Amino acid sequence: MTTAATRSVVIEREIPYPPDKIWRALTEGVLIKEWLLDNNFEPVVGHRFNFRVKPVPNWNGLIDSEVLVVEPNKKLSYSWNTLGLETVVVFTLVATSGGTLVRMEQSGFPTDHEAAYRGANYGWQKFIGGLERVVAGLQ
Amino acid sequence: MQTAPDALFKSLADPTRRALFERLSRHGEQTVRMLTDNSGVSQPAVSKHLGVLRHAGLVRSRHRGRETHYSAQPRALAPLVDWMSYYSSFWHDRFDRLEALLKRMGQ
Repeated sequence: MTTAATRSVVIEREIPYPPDKIWRALTEGVLIKEWLLDNNFEPVVGHRFNFRVKPVPNWNGLIDSEVLVVEPNKKLSYSWNTLGLETVVVFTLVATSGGTLVRMEQSGFPTDHEAAYRGANYGWQKFIGGLERVVAGLQ
Repeated sequence: MQTAPDALFKSLADPTRRALFERLSRHGEQTVRMLTDNSGVSQPAVSKHLGVLRHAGLVRSRHRGRETHYSAQPRALAPLVDWMSYYSSFWHDRFDRLEALLKRMGQ
């Protein structure tokens, strides 16, 4: 058994809207689909749901998630597991004079990508299929 | 050699090229003729696909006698296994979309 060190992706942005409005965009399924991904999210701790993208060969297009924290207008967290990579996403909202400071941290990335890549959980085709989809979503 | 991820994606978007790359990864160096056998694809087509893979840095070729030998360069996949850079781009893009959505939502 090994203990893998992990790292995070952090995005911080001040958005010129109040926290309650941003909270709606983060927690209402129809709105989440508009900016993030198709989903069956419910703002209930313990709720298991999926983010869904179009399946590609060797990947069903599902991101498995569970709601971990729901503090209205303040903090939202869910797990984000796909293609053998288990991560946690946390949104934090802080009201500012100009709107809201929105912070997103996705943590759990293994530092040794090569080891993860060669791991038994996913073959490279599956991996490419998933990444391909992520990138397609960027366009 | 640095290859842009989108060049890698494009080169691997084709199932025949993925199969060729996988075959080279699995079985080591091979000639075009060896790769053409049992592939169900013509030799010129295989050569063309190998050219695309080579351009993306995924295969390397060397001449020996009359034949060209191809080998896989799995290291070229490195930009694709960097989850953090991918998710970083992903979330930046999604934040842009979030802001656009908030604007559309009105007051």
